[in-house]
Amino acid sequence: MGMTMTQKILARAAGVESCRAGELLMCKLDLVLGNDITAPVAINEFKKMGATRVFDPAKIALIPDHFVPNKDIKSATMAKQMRDFARDQQIVHYYEVGRVGIEHALLPEQGIVAPGEVIIGADSHTCTYGAVGAFSTGVGSTDMAVGMATGECWFKVPEAVKVVLKGKMKPWVSGKDVILHLIGEIGVDGALYQSLEFTGEGVREIDMDGRLTIANMAIEAGAKNGIFPVDEVCRAYLAERVSRPYTAFEPDEDAEYARVVEIDLDRLDMTVSLPHLPENTRRARDCTDLAIDQVVIGSCTNGRMADMRVAAQILKGHKVAPYLRCIVIPGTQQVVRTCVEEGLVDIFIDAGAIFTMPTCGPCLGGHCGVLADGERAVSTTNRNFVGRMGHTGSEVILASPAVAAASAIMGRVATPEEVI
Amino acid sequence: MKAQSTVIKYGDHVDTDVIIPARYLNTTDHAELASHCMEDIDADFKAKSRTRRIIVAGRNFGCGSSREHAPIAIKASGIELVIADSFARIFYRNAIDIGLPIVECPAAAAAIRDGDEVEADLDSGTITDVTTGETFTAAPFPPFIQEIIGCGGIANFVRKKVQA
Repeated sequence: MGMTMTQKILARAAGVESCRAGELLMCKLDLVLGNDITAPVAINEFKKMGATRVFDPAKIALIPDHFVPNKDIKSATMAKQMRDFARDQQIVHYYEVGRVGIEHALLPEQGIVAPGEVIIGADSHTCTYGAVGAFSTGVGSTDMAVGMATGECWFKVPEAVKVVLKGKMKPWVSGKDVILHLIGEIGVDGALYQSLEFTGEGVREIDMDGRLTIANMAIEAGAKNGIFPVDEVCRAYLAERVSRPYTAFEPDEDAEYARVVEIDLDRLDMTVSLPHLPENTRRARDCTDLAIDQVVIGSCTNGRMADMRVAAQILKGHKVAPYLRCIVIPGTQQVVRTCVEEGLVDIFIDAGAIFTMPTCGPCLGGHCGVLADGERAVSTTNRNFVGRMGHTGSEVILASPAVAAASAIMGRVATPEEVI
Repeated sequence: MKAQSTVIKYGDHVDTDVIIPARYLNTTDHAELASHCMEDIDADFKAKSRTRRIIVAGRNFGCGSSREHAPIAIKASGIELVIADSFARIFYRNAIDIGLPIVECPAAAAAIRDGDEVEADLDSGTITDVTTGETFTAAPFPPFIQEIIGCGGIANFVRKKVQA
């Protein structure tokens, strides 16, 4: 019986010829990731285990992005704990404020993740790197601590859901709509303990930023990881970023899948997720009666250049609705610079939006855009749980950057056709 | 390992943002995390958990963020066992890693009501609703997982092995 992409990557990392779903494997890790919220807990556990040195300072990434630039004294204390550890352990991939970006935007952009690699991160959206053909999954802080100490992690080999993408997306439809639609179809536990393996001729129609968005939200369907084939689009992206050798894996023709889901991109419409679960999807055009107080464009899901460009294209020459806050959050410093160079920052400012520093910020109700009781936001982030962006009486509607930008202009859920 | 207590019951998809809201993630202090556990879906959790030590929930318990602060907050609140129809996979690993006993048992999760008295024997996987007299069977954890939980988490487990 054949193997899926994920199974092949895990088998190689475990040093075995083949593996099957349900098997337990101890795998060598290529990268262990943590952020300013999860790494401090991991560092405490690391010390509790009696560990003194990390297994390889070049294979650990410590990324301050959630509550930085420090939002309060307690956050500053945690960021300092991580910084002190990074300095003491000579961690290669530690990025200080001013050089740092949102972890899942920064690592692919800088070529720190590559096809065939096995990556764990103490952040649930670590699954993002499946877009470049890596096996990457979110873990807790203790697993991160074990990974830092030993360079290994045990995994239960997942079975896979095959997601076949067909056709070509219509104008304004994006990767975000693909993943929201999929979550709506299979539910927030529709791929629990499983891999989502994307395939089909529709894959080549989706650019790398779109694939990163899709893989990023695999966790929102309960999946262990989401993974794309390494095609010419991906290789072109990697050519500018990754100089070390890597191995691209393809699924065997007789690989076994728990389920096959087909998505016809030609028929896919702009999609939103209404409060309070990502599976609560609707067509954006059916929700235009929902008034909003805030728009957030950014995050590890949608803070890349393709996202900034489409938002600017729609906001250009328009004004953000009265009393509405439109907060644009670039994912990395490179995204900031490119936005400046391409004149997008002027467009955002002219429209009456704010353009901030890279941070997770409001996505998890941290800072830079927390909602009050009774407020509603359209956001390009990944979760709309109760209280996610602030008060438990606030609401988040998940959407693509195109829908979010149009909604900022209209002061309600809107589609780009209404404003362009 | 055994647990016996009155049950606090929740529904499906209890996410880690409501178990411990991100606004309280600026600390790693267990007691402080516990003081805000569940407050966004159950304002009375702190009072309830003083005497009720078993949580029973529906599908996909602990979905969302990987924050280990979530099982830490539950454990530090004095909860001795979480029974659910299913668990989100990161929460599942984290609970074992920090030594919070959890059991997947759809039949028990469906039948047990809020306020029922429950007895659970984790070695055999037997769960009894003392209030109704119903008994359920879950797959018990293998001995090494029981040992990790018994040590209070994998850090202590590893330390014990290293020192042995």
